[in-house]
Amino acid sequence: MSKGTVHALCGENGAGKSTLMKILYGMQQPDEGTITIDGEQAVLHNPADAIARGIGMVHQHFMLADNLTVLENVVLGAEKLYGIGGKARAKIKEISDAYGLNVRPDVLVEELGVADRQRVEILKVLYRGARTLILDEPTAVLVPQEVDALFDNLRELKAEGLTVIFISHKLGEVLSVADEITVIRRGTTVGTAEPASTTPRQLAEMMVGSELPTPVTEESTVTDVPMLTIEGLHLAQTDLDGIERVVLDEISFTIHKGEILGIAGVEGNGQSELVEAIMGMRHPDAGTITLDGTDISQSATRDRREAGIGYIPEDRHRHGLLLEAPLWENRILGHVTEKPNSRGALLDTKGARADTERIVRSYDVRTPGIDVTAASLSGGNQQKLIVGREMSHDPKLLIAAHPTRGVDVGAQAAIWDHIREARREGLAVLLISADLDELIGLSDTLRVMYRGRLVADADPATITPEELGSAMTGAATGHLEHAEDDAR
Amino acid sequence: MNKLTSRIDKERLLLGIAAPLLAIVAALVITALVILATGKNPGPAFSDMLNYGFASDSQVYILNKATTYYLAGVSVAIGFRMNLFNIGVDGQYRLAAFFAAVLGGALTLPGWLSVLLILICAMATGAVWAAIAGVLKVTRGVSEVISTIMLNSIATAVIAYLLQPGKLAQLQQGGTVVATKPLPSASHFFNIDTGPSGELWGFIVIAALVGIAYWFVLGRTRFGYDLRTVGQSESAAAASGVSVKKMVATSMIISGAVAGLIGMPTLLNDSYQYSADFPTGIGFTGIAIALLGRNNPIGIALGALLWGFLERTTNHLEFQGYDKEILGVIQGVIVLCVVIAYEVVRRYGLKRQQQRVGAELAAQVAAAPMKKQEVA
Repeated sequence: MSKGTVHALCGENGAGKSTLMKILYGMQQPDEGTITIDGEQAVLHNPADAIARGIGMVHQHFMLADNLTVLENVVLGAEKLYGIGGKARAKIKEISDAYGLNVRPDVLVEELGVADRQRVEILKVLYRGARTLILDEPTAVLVPQEVDALFDNLRELKAEGLTVIFISHKLGEVLSVADEITVIRRGTTVGTAEPASTTPRQLAEMMVGSELPTPVTEESTVTDVPMLTIEGLHLAQTDLDGIERVVLDEISFTIHKGEILGIAGVEGNGQSELVEAIMGMRHPDAGTITLDGTDISQSATRDRREAGIGYIPEDRHRHGLLLEAPLWENRILGHVTEKPNSRGALLDTKGARADTERIVRSYDVRTPGIDVTAASLSGGNQQKLIVGREMSHDPKLLIAAHPTRGVDVGAQAAIWDHIREARREGLAVLLISADLDELIGLSDTLRVMYRGRLVADADPATITPEELGSAMTGAATGHLEHAEDDAR
Repeated sequence: MNKLTSRIDKERLLLGIAAPLLAIVAALVITALVILATGKNPGPAFSDMLNYGFASDSQVYILNKATTYYLAGVSVAIGFRMNLFNIGVDGQYRLAAFFAAVLGGALTLPGWLSVLLILICAMATGAVWAAIAGVLKVTRGVSEVISTIMLNSIATAVIAYLLQPGKLAQLQQGGTVVATKPLPSASHFFNIDTGPSGELWGFIVIAALVGIAYWFVLGRTRFGYDLRTVGQSESAAAASGVSVKKMVATSMIISGAVAGLIGMPTLLNDSYQYSADFPTGIGFTGIAIALLGRNNPIGIALGALLWGFLERTTNHLEFQGYDKEILGVIQGVIVLCVVIAYEVVRRYGLKRQQQRVGAELAAQVAAAPMKKQEVA
C-alpha cells in the first residue's frame, strides 16, 4: 500500500485480518514472510517496535481511562515525548487542528461520547508519531452521521500524507472511504478491488466466495398472541459519586409470537440493562415482565431460562462462554438443567458431547474438535456455537443482542436464517443491534432507545438507516415517518 | 479429526505433568545449591533421602501423614475451584478437632455410632466456622482472605480458653498435660497392622472416599458444573442462571466441612484426645498441596505424598549431620516454583492450542480447493 491512501482490509471472520494486524503491530510473530516499511525491511517484535516505525493502532475497544482528561489520556505512557505540561497541550492542539479532530484537551473522557472517544484514540496514536494508522472496525459503534464525520477525518489524514489501514465488515463504508481494497479469505489474499468499479455485492462475494445473503424479512409471521409483555420497567442506579441515574425509564412493549422486535440505539442507552433485566440478572425497581402469560418478574435467571428464554449476549466473553473450558462444556452453559446436558442431578457428558458435535456440524462452527477450548476459536465461530446452543432448546423468546457482531458474511446469513426459521414456528425475538441494516431487514417492529427510554418507533418496511440514525441521537422522537398514533 | 483432538489431549496431559515436574526439579537444584552453600555435599543427602524414604516403616509413616494432608488439600481445592481463597482451613480444622474430641470423650455409645457422631460434629463445626466467612462475603462483601485469617486467630483463642482444666479439658498423665477427655477405645478408628513397619491409619479409606466424592461431584454433577462455572467466570455463571452468591456461600461451607475432617485421622487413629500438642498449621500445608496438585484429586494425592516424604526424610537428614531446616527450604521453593511454572505452562498451553486450531483449519482450507476441482 502506498503513502497517503486509505487501504481497506476485508474478509470473513477467521480469515486472518486480526492476525495480520497483530503481526503488523508486533503483537505476534510471523512464521515466514517480510514486512517492508518505507523501503526498509522491518522486524517487529512488540508494539513498541511498531510505534517506533510509525505504526499506530486504534483498537475496536477503546483503551482510555475514564477518570482522566483527554490530555492526560493522550500523554499517558508517552510522557517522554513532550512532557505533560504546556508543550504537550500545544502539540495536541496542533495535531487536532491539523486533522480537524476537534479535540478538547481538558474534558474528562467519561463525559465524551463514543465518537469523541474514538477521535481521542486516533489523536493518541498520532501524538506518538504514527504515520500509518490501523483502525480495527472503527464504525461498529457509531451511528451513520458519526461514521460520516469519521470518514471526513480519515480523508484529512490521507491528505496529510498518512496511510490508513481500515478493517471493516461493512462493505458500503469500505467502498465509500477506501482507495484500495484487499480481500482476504482463510488466511490468503484472494484479490484486490478498486472501489470505483466494485459493488458491495461483488466485494462480498469475493469475501465469502459464494452468493451473498441480505436480511430480508419474508411474509409476516406475526400473530396476535403476546409472548413477552413488559410493562413500566424502571431501573435506577447509583454511581460511585452517589448520584442516582435512571437507566431504564418506563419501558413498555409487547412481543407477539412470531414477531421480531428490533431496538435501535447508540450503545450505552440502556439496551444492556434492559436485556439483563429481562434475563433476571438485574432487578428493576418497578414494572412487570410477563412471558407467555406467566409473570416472571420475580423469577431467578435459571427459572427464566427454563421457561424458554434463549439468550445471545452482547459480550460473549463475559456472558456467553467459559473461555478456558472445552466446547462441549460451553454447550452446557446456561442449560445445565435441561436435556441432553443432564439427567436428574448428574451431568450427561455423553449426551452433551454428541449434541455439541451436532451443533458444530449444523451451524458450521469451524473447529478441529469439541475438546478444544472456546478461547481458541475465532470470534465468529464462538458466536455460531452460542447461537447453536441457544436455538437447540426450542426457545419461546430469543433475546439476541448483536447476534452477528464480529461474524463474517457467510455465517451472518446462516444466523439470520436460523432466526427467521424459528420465527416461522412462533418464536418471539427481541433484537438489539448496532447494524441498522440488520435491524431494518429482520425486524417486524422497530423501537428506538435513547437515554433509557423508548423514544420512537418506526416501520421497518419504509424507514431508512439515516432516519433511524437521527432518532438514535435523540434528534427525532415519536412515530417516525407515519403520523399514526403512538404505540407508547 | 479425532486423531487431532486426542493429540491435543495428550499434549494437555503432558503439559499438566510438566509443570509440577519442572517445579520439583528446580526446587532440587536450588536446594542442592543451598546445601552446598552451608559447606556440605548435597549428593549423599539426596541419596539418603531416597533410601530412607522408601524403607517400609517410612512408607507407612508417609501414608499416614499424607492422609491428613490430602484432606487439607481437597478442602483448600474446593475453594480454589470457586476462586475462593480459604485460608481459614487451619482454624476450621483445629476448632473442629477440638469439639469432636470433647464430644468423643463424653460419648458412651456403641463404637461405630460414636465415630459417626464425632465425624458429623467435626464437619459441622468446620462448616459453621467457614460459613461465617462465606456469609460475610456474600452479604457484606468482606474478602474471604481477610475474614478467614481473623477467624483463624479467633479459633486459636477459643481453643486456648476452653482447653483448660475445669472448662472442657482436664489434667492428665500425672498432671503434666492438659487435654480433652480421651476417647473410649470403642470409638477408635480401625488401624491396618503392617507388622514391624507400624500401623497404617484406617482413615486413609475415608480420605480416598473424599477424593472420589470430590472428583465425582465436581466433574459429573450439575452442582459441580455450576460451581466450576462460577470459578471460571462469575459473569457468565450469572448469565447462565447460577446464583453466584448462594454458590459462594455453599462452597465455603463444603470446604469448611471437609476441613473439619483434617484433624480426624490424628484424633481417631493416633492421639485420641485434643491436647496443646495437636498438630497445627496443616491448613497452610493444604494450600501448598492444592497448588501442587492443580486442584486435581490425583494431583493432590501425589502432592500430599510428596509432602509426607519430604518431612520424613529431612527429619532423618539431621542424623546425617545436615540441617533439618532444609525441609522448609525445599517446601518453600517447590511452592514458589509451582506457582510460576503453572502460570507459564498454562499460558503456553493456551497459545499452543490456538496455534494448533489455526493450523488445523488452514489444513482444511488447503484441502478444500482440491475437493472443488473434483466436483468440477
